[in-house]
Amino acid sequence: MRHVLSVLVENEPGVLSRVVGLFSGRGFNIETLNVGPTLEDGLSLMTITTSGEEQIIEQITKQLRKLVTVVKVVDLTHLQSVEREMVLIKVNAEDERRAEVLRIADIFRCKVVDVSGNDLTLEITGDQGKIRAIVSLLQRFGIKEFARTGTVAMRRSMQVD
Amino acid sequence: MERTGAQVLLECLLQEGVESIFGFPGGAVIDIYHHLPEYPALRHFLVRHEQGAIHAADGYARATGRVGVCLVTSGPGATNTVTGIATAYMDSIPVVIITGQVPTPLIGNDAFQEVDIVGISRPCVKHNYLVKDVKDLAWIIKQAFYLARTGRPGPVLVDLPKDVLQAKTVFEYPEAISMRSYNPNLAPNRRQVRKVTELLRQSRRPLVYSGGGVISSDAAEELTWLCRTLRIPVTSTLMGLGAFPGDDPLWLGMLGMHGTYAANMAVGHTDLLLAVGARFDDRVTGKISSFAPSAQVVHIDVDPTSIRKNVNVDVPIVADCRQALRGIREELEICPDLPDWSDAHQSWLEQVGEWQRDHPLRYTFSEEPIKPQFVVEKIYELTKGEAIITTEVGQNQMWAAQFSKFHRPRTFLTSGGLGTMGYGFPAAIGAQVAFPDKLVIDIAGDGSIQMNIQEMATAVSYNIPVKIVILNNGYLGMVRQWQELFYAKNYCATCMHLNPDFVKLAEAYGAAGFRVTKAADVERVLKEAFAIPGPAIVDVVVEPEENVYPMVPAGAALTDMLLV
Repeated sequence: MRHVLSVLVENEPGVLSRVVGLFSGRGFNIETLNVGPTLEDGLSLMTITTSGEEQIIEQITKQLRKLVTVVKVVDLTHLQSVEREMVLIKVNAEDERRAEVLRIADIFRCKVVDVSGNDLTLEITGDQGKIRAIVSLLQRFGIKEFARTGTVAMRRSMQVD
Repeated sequence: MERTGAQVLLECLLQEGVESIFGFPGGAVIDIYHHLPEYPALRHFLVRHEQGAIHAADGYARATGRVGVCLVTSGPGATNTVTGIATAYMDSIPVVIITGQVPTPLIGNDAFQEVDIVGISRPCVKHNYLVKDVKDLAWIIKQAFYLARTGRPGPVLVDLPKDVLQAKTVFEYPEAISMRSYNPNLAPNRRQVRKVTELLRQSRRPLVYSGGGVISSDAAEELTWLCRTLRIPVTSTLMGLGAFPGDDPLWLGMLGMHGTYAANMAVGHTDLLLAVGARFDDRVTGKISSFAPSAQVVHIDVDPTSIRKNVNVDVPIVADCRQALRGIREELEICPDLPDWSDAHQSWLEQVGEWQRDHPLRYTFSEEPIKPQFVVEKIYELTKGEAIITTEVGQNQMWAAQFSKFHRPRTFLTSGGLGTMGYGFPAAIGAQVAFPDKLVIDIAGDGSIQMNIQEMATAVSYNIPVKIVILNNGYLGMVRQWQELFYAKNYCATCMHLNPDFVKLAEAYGAAGFRVTKAADVERVLKEAFAIPGPAIVDVVVEPEENVYPMVPAGAALTDMLLV
C-alpha cells in the first residue's frame, strides 16, 4: 500500500543522504521525495511517498525516527491530508491542435508558462489522480518534456470522519 | 587562552574521562600527535594496522562498559577502520572514532589521502560528523560521546580536517547536551509492565531469551534475580553470554544455530518467551515461522526498530533493559497472591532438565589429535570463569561459547553480528589495557588469527600479556564444515596449506610460543603460557575435521538439529 510520510529533519549537510541511504541500504522503496526548508531556521521538511506492507512501513518510520537528524515522522496515510504535486509538461501544440490543448489546459486549471510555434508548456498542480488524468489526455498530442516535483503533503486541520 | 583544534580535541577527551586511545598517526592528524605529549593522562597505544585500533577500542568498551576511542588519519587510515566500525555497530558497542581529513579547502578535490569517510561510514555508524569550524569542535565531541553511550549504544565517527585542527579558538566545554531529535526512551511503560507480570502469572512454560542488551545496560543482576526468583530457565544469544551465571541449573546454554538441544527445544515448547535485549537475529531464530510457535512473546529493547523487525511481538516494551526488569520486579513485589513459582513451573523445569540430561554438549575425547572442545574445557577449568575470553570467528568462536562457562558480564568478547575474523586478538589487547591484572585469552583459529596477527608487535611493545590459544586445524573450519555437510565435501579454498610456524612467529615478534599436539600436555602448557608475564601464542594442533554440534542448518527450524 502507498504511504505518504512527512519527515521533519535538521537542515544540515548529509541529511538527505542519511535518509536516502536508509531506504537503499535496507531495501525499502522511495517513489517520490521532496525536500524544502521550513519557516523555522535549521529545519527542513521532507515528503516521502513509499509503498510496502504494514510491517515494512512500521520499520521505515521507526528507522527514520532513529536517525539522529530526524526530528519528527508523521505517516499521513491514515489521516486526512492535502496532497499536491506540481508538474511541468511541454506538449506538442501545432496551430491546428493548439485550441484543443488549451481547452484541456483550461478544464484542468493549468497555467501556460511558455509558448512557441510548435509547443506549449503547462504548469499543473493536483493530486496523483489529476496528474495521471491530464497526462493521459495530453499524451495523444505528444509530450516532449515532463518534469514533476513529487508529492508535498500536509495534514488537514479538521479530521472529520 | 586560545588553543588549537588539536588541543581542544585532547581537552575534550580528558573531560570525557578517556584514559586510553588506540591509534595510528598520519599527515592529517599529525597536529593531534604533536600535542599528545602535553596530555600524559591520555595513554596512546600505537597499533600496527588501523583495524587493530578500532577492534582494540571496541574490546576496551565491551570489557569496561565505557566509550572506546580510536584515532586514525585520513584516507586509508580511515577506510581501514570500516570493518571495525561495522563490527561495533552490529553489536551496539560505544566507540568514538576520530579520523583526520584533508584541509577543508581541498575537500572534494581528490587530494592526497582524501576519502569521504563520513559518506563511507554512514550506513554503519550511529551518527557521524564532519567538523568544518573549530568553534564547533567541543560540542561535537561532547555529542559524539553522549550519542555513543546512551540509548542503544554504537559507534560515532568525527572527521577532523587538518586546518580545523590547526585553527585556534578559546576552549569551553559545554555542560549540557540538548538535542531535540534524540531522546531515547529508557523508562518502561507501566501498563505494559503490568501485562508482563500478568503473563508471567499465567505462564506454565516460561523461557527467558537474553541478549547483548542485558550486558550493555548492566542488567545482569536484575535478570538473575528475576529468573532465580520465578524459577524461569534461561537461554541467551552469543552476545548475551555472561549475563546469567553459567553454572546455575536454570542455565540452558546458548540457543540458535549452534545452540544446545535443551535451549532450542525449550524455545520450541515455551508458552511465554521473554526476550530481553535481544534482536531475533537469523542465526538465533532459524526458520522464523517455527520459532517459538506456541509462545506469547514479550520483547524488551531500548531500540524501537528491533521490535517487530523479524517476529511478531505480543507485549513490546521500549525501554532500557535494566529499568524494564526493575519495573517488572517492582510490579511483582506489589502483586497480591502470586503463585508458588517452583510449583507452577515444576513440570516444565523437569522437562527442560530431561532435555539437558539426555542431550548435553558432547564430543569424543582423543589423546591425539587433540579435540578442540577439550582445549576450551581445560581453559575454563584453569581459569574458573575468571578470565576475559575473546574469540575470533568460526568454529573456535562456537566452541568457546559452548564449552566455557561465563559467570559475569563483560567477560566474553566476540564479534556476534558482523562475524569479523581478526576481531579477537586486538579486542583482547583493548580489554587487557583496561584490566592489566586480569588474564585475557583470545581463543582463535589458524585462519582468523592471521587476519590481525601484526598486532603481536603492539602487544609485545607495551607488554600487554594477552594469551592466544590457536585451535589449529589447518582449515577455515566453519566453512569446511558447511562444505562437508551441504556441499558434497568440496573443500574448495578452505584448506590452509601453508600456515606459518606460529611458535616461531611469536618468537619473531618477541613473544613466547608453545606448541601442543597431545591432550596430556594441554593443561601443563596452558598453565605455563598463562603464568609468563608477557604475551604468548599457544598453537594447539587439533583434529582437522572436527565439527561444531549441535547444528541447525541455515533456514531450518530450531528443533531440527543435527546432533552429531
